[in-house]
Amino acid sequence: MSQVDYEIGKARPDQLPPGVPVITFDPYSDEVMSNPYPYYQELREAGPIVWMQKYGTYAVGSYGSVIRVLTDHESFCSSAGVGLTNFHTETPWRKPSIILEVDPPEHSRTRKVFSRILSPRSLNKLRERFEQEAHAMVSRLVSREVCDGVRDLAEAYPLKVFADAVGLPPDGREHLLPYGDMVFNAFGPQNDRFRECLARLGPSIAWITEVCQRENLSKGSFGAELYAAADAGEITHEEAGMLVRTMLSAGLDTTIFTLGNALVCFARHPHQWAIVRDNPAIARQAIEEVLRYDSTFHSYYRTATRPVTLDGVQLDKNQKILVLIASANRDSSHWSSADTFDVRRKPAANLAFGTGIHGCAGQMIARLEAEIVLKALASQVERLEALGEPELHFNNTVRGYSSLPLRLVAKDRKGK
Amino acid sequence: MPTIVYIEPDGQRKAIQVEAGANVMRTAVGNGVDGIVAECGGAAMCATCHVYVAEEGAELLPPVGEVENEMLESAAAERRDSSRLSCQLNVTSHIETLVVRIPDRQM
Repeated sequence: MSQVDYEIGKARPDQLPPGVPVITFDPYSDEVMSNPYPYYQELREAGPIVWMQKYGTYAVGSYGSVIRVLTDHESFCSSAGVGLTNFHTETPWRKPSIILEVDPPEHSRTRKVFSRILSPRSLNKLRERFEQEAHAMVSRLVSREVCDGVRDLAEAYPLKVFADAVGLPPDGREHLLPYGDMVFNAFGPQNDRFRECLARLGPSIAWITEVCQRENLSKGSFGAELYAAADAGEITHEEAGMLVRTMLSAGLDTTIFTLGNALVCFARHPHQWAIVRDNPAIARQAIEEVLRYDSTFHSYYRTATRPVTLDGVQLDKNQKILVLIASANRDSSHWSSADTFDVRRKPAANLAFGTGIHGCAGQMIARLEAEIVLKALASQVERLEALGEPELHFNNTVRGYSSLPLRLVAKDRKGK
Repeated sequence: MPTIVYIEPDGQRKAIQVEAGANVMRTAVGNGVDGIVAECGGAAMCATCHVYVAEEGAELLPPVGEVENEMLESAAAERRDSSRLSCQLNVTSHIETLVVRIPDRQM
């Protein structure tokens, strides 16, 4: 059989490359997703590069291998799609993203506009408003005592402040969540989860297309800045609308899950919460540890642009490689006590947002939102008590919770 | 083997021998060099790995990229002609010694 007959992931699933450890578990199964870390350990221990039998792709899960793939965009590209679908041989479910699913030089053109709008300097202007909103939201929840940490805080906060920053109208924002869920499911296989999510999308796509139009975006917003970049000739007006869509799909579910993961981590590790509560200056570092220990983004793909050797294994052109960033963040050959949640560590250069030219462009606003929420909690909340098990949300690519019954115990202010 | 010399904010010099291709930011983070924060871990999104490159060896580095140029505007310390994001700098085999001075603040 000639190589052109290969479809999914390029190589045939039943064809085992010689000398490469074979992994038989399905990373997209409910069982693995419920607690993926022992499986990731098995994968790392098998070797720096392994073969995923079910999908006919290679995978890397160790810190060094993941960095090697993500920092060599000339050998491992994104333009063939960052999901399992190979855009060079299959039809994507939507028009490819003009920033995520392109290579240089096209990529640099859109990325530099995003970089400017989402740079630390631009974001400084948002801090005060974000802080006020977080303080007010946490105050309301503390006075209620019992809440759903995910719905009432982790979802509510980005749906307010991030969507405001992008420039969206206040009504209809509930459409954003199913759309983001779909985008991240589409990075994996077209499994039942993918199909059910697509069927649930309903009016979300139409609503999002509408709000990405210039006339529907508020003045001074990220969306308005994207259209201004189009006026300046850096991108086209159609591309401005597509980049607003990218911000919405990439910037909400991810931050929501990160906030939810933080709440779950601190409800489960009260001593760690005490460290942050007593020293809120550590909040930003603590969020970094949440991202390392319980990464929101778990995996995506790169595609070999040419025959290339990776960790001693010869890969064919067009071969898909699963990049498990959440596994790299638990690699004990890089991190001491990798499976321990410890906000006192400095998890510098963890891979929760990826790295290299496609490293998350929204990571600084994600950090800003999370840091501010954590500080608002630290100033008002003595303890976070889980009132039941959190409910895991299953998505092919991102991991977080859909519900966390929670009691926020107020700090005792008497005598202070 | 190339050498990267880091001049830390307090003036202390740290010389580190590296393999050809080593990244200036990653080498600093992996060797406990003071003053490189590198919050984004190498995505050119945070401007907290800002360095001033000394003349010697600088001409062998690739020019400032479009994305790097945008991000240098966010650097906490003054931007100068010699400013670079160290995450964007790899030391090739053509470079014998690269000297980078680390500014006194990154955030």
